[in-house]
Amino acid sequence: MPILEVQRLSKSYRQLGGETTVAIENISCQIESGEFVSFVGPSGCGKTTLLMSIAGLTVPSTGKIIVNGREVSGPPPNLVLVFQEFNKSLFAWRSVLGNVRFGLEARGSRSRDAEIKAKSLIDLVGLKGFENHYPWELSGGMQQRVAIARALAYEPEVLLMDEPFGSLDALTRLELEDTLLRLWAELRSTILFITHDIEEAIYLSDRIWVLSRRPSRIVEELRIDFPRPRDQVTTRAEGRFMQLRNDIYQRISNHRPL
Amino acid sequence: MSDSKKFNWTGWLIFAAILLFWEYGSRSNPRLQLYFPPVSQVVIALAQTFVSGEIVNHLLTTLARFMAGYFIAALVAVTAGIILGYFRVIHSLLDILIELLRPMPSVAIIPVAILLLGIGNSMIVAVTVYATMWPILINTVDGVRHIDRTLVATGRTFGLSRWRILQRIVLPAASPYVVTGLRIGLAIALILVTTAEMVAGSKGLGFFILDEERSMNSRNMYAGIILVAGLGYALNRLFLGLEGKAMKWRRGMIARETVS
Repeated sequence: MPILEVQRLSKSYRQLGGETTVAIENISCQIESGEFVSFVGPSGCGKTTLLMSIAGLTVPSTGKIIVNGREVSGPPPNLVLVFQEFNKSLFAWRSVLGNVRFGLEARGSRSRDAEIKAKSLIDLVGLKGFENHYPWELSGGMQQRVAIARALAYEPEVLLMDEPFGSLDALTRLELEDTLLRLWAELRSTILFITHDIEEAIYLSDRIWVLSRRPSRIVEELRIDFPRPRDQVTTRAEGRFMQLRNDIYQRISNHRPL
Repeated sequence: MSDSKKFNWTGWLIFAAILLFWEYGSRSNPRLQLYFPPVSQVVIALAQTFVSGEIVNHLLTTLARFMAGYFIAALVAVTAGIILGYFRVIHSLLDILIELLRPMPSVAIIPVAILLLGIGNSMIVAVTVYATMWPILINTVDGVRHIDRTLVATGRTFGLSRWRILQRIVLPAASPYVVTGLRIGLAIALILVTTAEMVAGSKGLGFFILDEERSMNSRNMYAGIILVAGLGYALNRLFLGLEGKAMKWRRGMIARETVS
């Protein structure tokens, strides 16, 4: 049984002028436990709407989402979302340790164990020594590391990530991609990742769904079978990597080679 | 703010110069002394009324009324502010009422309070609560409404109930605004207590100041004024000290925002 199933999901919004826009249309997919999957599509195509619906933060217009055999009607207990805007999502009044502890407290654990566990997670995302810093004292990449550690502290079965590295510089981005893959391999959770960066999606995922422009539909499903652990230099240098990138790019942009 | 730790020599020097000018001006114009007695004599009067216990009683009365008014106002206004900020429906119901009542000078309700409550403690406390509530209420509502949606969504994705989100996220996120309201309220509470005491009653520093003026005892009058000024200063200092401790996480953040 898939851990997450999206069935014929559509969502339309009524705009201020009274017109309705269709953000996503008839999206169906199944995600198996332990998979790393991505949705890739152009900006503004409704990727975030899709993720918000899966996270139980918006109600879809039609269709349903099933997590662990149960239909989603609010934020599911075994699933957590990491936002793109880490600076708005982190708690400014809590230190790094406090933020990560929040993930554990939300699970109901408040003991001394929570402190030890939070510290080991901070260590795992590479922020040892920054436990008592406040978020504003950290760089963007470090802040997103805190947000990831906080999400992992909640021990979700499914981790949803909404363009988590979208606002980071290119080098930090590569670093965080590798950190994420390492964590995923170590913790064996399921990750659903959203990005508009085609190469990022290929580099990270087992499977990719390519979304069209608004109204967003799945236009292609791809299986990515580069061996793991992957490497920023050798994996990206493979001929098939470029081929995949170009295929997806053409699918999204309707670009025809001359 | 940044150099608040350093002693402000020039500032205090100007203050001392004004006192000296007052002392000298008063001593060289004996006819003026009914209006401006020498500062030294005011200080002596203050010491005498302190020793006799007369002014201490008034001070304690004022302080007790201030405390009661301020804390009731803080409790009511923060609670109401969070509810109004969080639930849009309730806010839209009461919005007009708030906007109409807020600009009215709060001292205008003193006669109403006297009519309803007489001239005792309860009237003075009630008037203080009324006036002090406004800045706290308005700032708290603002603070809650300015919270980023992502922050609330974060609470929801971590499975927090609405009540928990209120407690663990909304309240701390709005706290800088709440604190600003509480700081403005501090000054207003003292103004209202003193004013109400001048209008009615037979106790408190406000009463003392006006009573001494009426008995042409300007030294004691000034002694009362100095004491009430000192009280305001001390309360503000105490507040800033507590704020610095509670809002430690904000300090560097603000510094950084102003730099960049």
